[in-house]
Parts: sequence; structure tokens; C-alpha cells
Amino acid sequence: MASPRARERIPLSRVSEFTIETLIRVLGFSTIGLVLLIFLFLLREGMPVFFEVPLRGLFSSRWYPTFAIFGALPLILGSILVTLLAIVIALPLGVATAVFVREVAPRWAREILKPIIEVLAGIPSVVLGFFGMTFVAPLVRDVLGAPTGLTAFSGAIILAYMALPTLISVAEDALDSVPKSYRDAGLAMGATRWQTIWRVVVPAARSGILTAVMLGMGRAIGETMAVMMVTGNAAVMPSSLASLFRPVRTMTATIAAEMGEVARGSTHYHALFGIGIILFVLTFFINLAAAKAIFQKKRKGGLR
Amino acid sequence: MNRALAQKLGFALLGLVSLLVVVPILVVIGVIVARGIVAINWQFLTTMPHGGMKEGGILPAIVGTLLLTLGTALVAVPIGIGGAVYLSEYARDTRLTRAIRLAIVNLAGIPSIVYGLFGLGMFVLFFRFGTSILAGSLTLAIMTLPVIISTAEEALRAVPQEFRTVSSSLGGTRWQGIRNIVLPQALPGIITGVILGLLRAAGETAPILFTVAAFYLPRLPSSPLDQTMALPYHLYVISTQVPGMPLSVQYGTALVLLGLVLSLNIVATLIRGYFRRKRQW
Repeated sequence: MASPRARERIPLSRVSEFTIETLIRVLGFSTIGLVLLIFLFLLREGMPVFFEVPLRGLFSSRWYPTFAIFGALPLILGSILVTLLAIVIALPLGVATAVFVREVAPRWAREILKPIIEVLAGIPSVVLGFFGMTFVAPLVRDVLGAPTGLTAFSGAIILAYMALPTLISVAEDALDSVPKSYRDAGLAMGATRWQTIWRVVVPAARSGILTAVMLGMGRAIGETMAVMMVTGNAAVMPSSLASLFRPVRTMTATIAAEMGEVARGSTHYHALFGIGIILFVLTFFINLAAAKAIFQKKRKGGLR
Repeated sequence: MNRALAQKLGFALLGLVSLLVVVPILVVIGVIVARGIVAINWQFLTTMPHGGMKEGGILPAIVGTLLLTLGTALVAVPIGIGGAVYLSEYARDTRLTRAIRLAIVNLAGIPSIVYGLFGLGMFVLFFRFGTSILAGSLTLAIMTLPVIISTAEEALRAVPQEFRTVSSSLGGTRWQGIRNIVLPQALPGIITGVILGLLRAAGETAPILFTVAAFYLPRLPSSPLDQTMALPYHLYVISTQVPGMPLSVQYGTALVLLGLVLSLNIVATLIRGYFRRKRQW
């Protein structure tokens, strides 16, 4: 298969070969540098806030930048609330769909389902946010009788669907890596396919499914545009279950909404970068944990 | 007895849940197409907006998005493919390699708005590129990198080991083998990955909020240091910041963005499918 051109071409001199290989190595290492660089710049612009505002103030329950009150707690809780709710919605949907696609669906159904789910992964978040605003939110308002449809709940629905493609594909991989012998053993014991799936295959894939949930969560907590457009953006403390059906404000939406009007070097500017640091650290650890699970599985070449 | 029935019911339930996942996706696309198509005509696609964006077209936003995507490609594609070649052809399973992989997973997981902050801090302010196509492209490129690296590496790894062995047994150096044999064989897979990565960049709003995007700028950019409008940001602006915007224009803009992204998505899938059928290994 080697093309005949390979022989005609004048061999590269040792020097240029060395140059190219060095370049490739540098490019290979560049990703580590980029992660560090991103963290460095966040620190550079965000650290001052920890000196300008006392720590108690930063974690107080009120975020009123116009009055120089920068309590990030409502934003953090807003993010957590919306993300958890999204996962609660996405997990059963995602696992059931992954099981259906991998274990149950006939070939034709699989070949319709998979591309549609892939399409969802490709829809820009601003488009989903726009759809949520103009279509889902009015629906939520009418069904629940809430004064506005722009609530934590509407945001969580949109987020759940945004997390689904990741969740489904990682969960599918997890189911796929369960050895066939497990299924055979289950069936040989006289269990139905249904019983085998829920009592053998899914439990055996649970660590992979957990990874899927974590990756989905990482995606959901960092999502910006859709959340900003759909959750109503009120920086109030989510205090009870009723908060689900009121507007909330997430960390990501706060940065996106306020950074445009902020003077460089002001406390507000530093505070927004400070929120960026929190987000970076949070997603870093979520992904670290998920990555660890993925790498471990690969090295042991199979389960758990 | 009821075990068979339970299984039937169970499978039916799973099928129903899958429908619950898939049908809303089709609804989203259906609604946007149905409500947006009325706004779309030649004039909408090829003229400047005027009258506070309520009239005229969205040409500068389309051009802006294309330019940003091009800029992203110019930066991300060489770095991404280089990184993938390193991981697939050079790297051994060392601590350092694992650190690189970890870095890629983490880059992929960093929220897009944090990329926006980073771009603002580094490219706009520190390097003094200002809010510009250059700053935005660089920001988007870094965000796209992990997608391109992982898909390109997968494509490179799929090339059978024998190809490399044959190349070196003919006296080729490692780089010659990569350049003349491995890369061309992996090209379709790499192209698919590149398109998928660029699609994400084209549809992103958060990273360009503070690095490129112009709220309303009814002219075409003339240099990489110019600001520009962009489709995703434009959709955000007209749907949340401009009171009294006709809904049809909003849906029309959403449809143009969705159409751009989905059609390229389909192209990527077709390329992958076509070459998968064609190759002989």
C-alpha cells in the first residue's frame, strides 16, 4: 500500500527530520501547558478578589455587585441546584436509552436512534436556549401556573437533554465492555434477558455508568448560554423545594451576563474571574475523577 | 409465567423512554425549521441588518462566524494533528503521557465561559489583541483542540501496525512512514474529527462574548484585528437584548445557525461512512 511516490521523494535530511520530530513532541506536550496557562490567567485576574473582599463576604448569601456585595453563595447553590436536577432527569432517561440501544433494540431502531442522539450533541447551546425560552418556558408557565416559565426547572430540562448525548454514549461503552460470558451465565441460569440485563449487565457496568454521570454533570455545570437564557437569572438563594419553580442564577450565567459591563481591574471584574476559578477547579476535579475511572478500566482491559 | 410478560413490558418501557429522548430532539428541529423558514430568503442571507436589526439581513453575522471558524481551523488543526501524531506514534506509556491525556480530558471539560474569561485575560488584554477575530479564533482554537486531538489520535491508531512495519522495512524513517503512509490512511478519520471540532467552535457563544463579538456592526470586518458579529451571539442578542424583535427573524437566525451546523455534521458523518466502506483494512 505504500505509495510509489514515497520512493521517489528525496529523503529528508537527518536535521529536518529531527526538527519535525521535536516539533511534534512540543505539540504533544502543549496541552499540559495550555491547562496551566488557563489556570494561571484565571488566577492572575481573579486572585485579587480574595484580598479585596473578606472571605466571609465572598460566601455570604447576597450578590449585589452594584452595592459592592459579592456573596457567591446564591450563584454556587444555583449552579448545584440546576445541575443536580438536570442529572436526576437525565440519568434514568440516559441509562434506559443506553440499555435499549445496546441490549434490546433491533438493528433498524438502533440505526435511527443513534444518529438523532448525535444530532442533539451538535445543536449549539444558544439554539437550545432560544428554543427553551420561546417554547419550553411558556409551556412550563402554563402547566405549572408559575408567573414566569423561566425557572430552575426549565433550565434543568434543557440541561438534562444537553447532558444526554455524553451520558448515553459513555453508558453504552460501559455496557459494551461487560463480557458476553456474564450475559451467557445469566441466561444459562434460566433468567430472562430482562432479568439478566438489570441484575447482571447493568450492575456490572455501574462504574462506567457512574463515569457517564460525572461527565454529564461536568458538562451541565459548565453550560452557559442555554442556562442563562432559560433560568430567569435572579440571584436569589434557593431556599426550599419551591425554588425549583422560581428563577435562579448560575455561576456561568453570572459571568456571561455581567462581564460585558464591568470595568477592568474593578472588584467586580476580579470577582467574576474568581467565579471562573471556582468553575475551573470544580470541573477539573469532576473530570479528574471521571478520567481516572476511564484510564483504570482501559489498563485492566475490562471491568471495574 | 409472568416473566415473559415482565420482559415484554420492560422492553416496551425502555423503547418508550428512548422515544422520550428522541422525540423532543425532532420537535426542536421541526419547530425551528417550521417557524424559521418563512424568514429566510436571499435578502435575509446576503444583506446588512438595519433598523435596529429588526430589518434587513444577517450577512455580517454569517461572514463573522465563517471567518472565526476559519481562524480556529488555522490554529487548531496543525496543533491538534501534531498532538495526535505524538500521542499515537511517539508517546510511550509513561507518567508524562498520562499527564498529557489527563490534560486533554480536562481541557475538554473546562466550561466554555471559562475559555471566554481566559481569552479575555490572555489574548484581549495581555497580548493587546483587543476584542477581535484574532483573539476569538485563538480562544476557540484552544477550546476545539481536545476534540481534534482525540478523534485524530483514534483515526491514527486505527491504521494497522503492519503499515508502519512495512514502511520501516523498506528503509523509511519513522517520520517518512507517518507522512507518506499513516497520515494519508488516517486522513478521512482526521477530517471527520476536524469538522466535528470546528462545528462546536462555530456554534459556541460563551467564548466569544468578551473576545470578538460585536452587538451591532453592520459592516464586514477588514482585518483580523476587527470586531465582528457572529451568528450564535447574534441569536442571543436578538432574542434577549432587543425588545420587540420579530419572532420570525429570531427563528430565521436560529435556523441558519442550526442548518450550518447540522449540514456540516452530516458531511462529516458521510465522509466517515464513505471511507469506512472503501478502505480495505
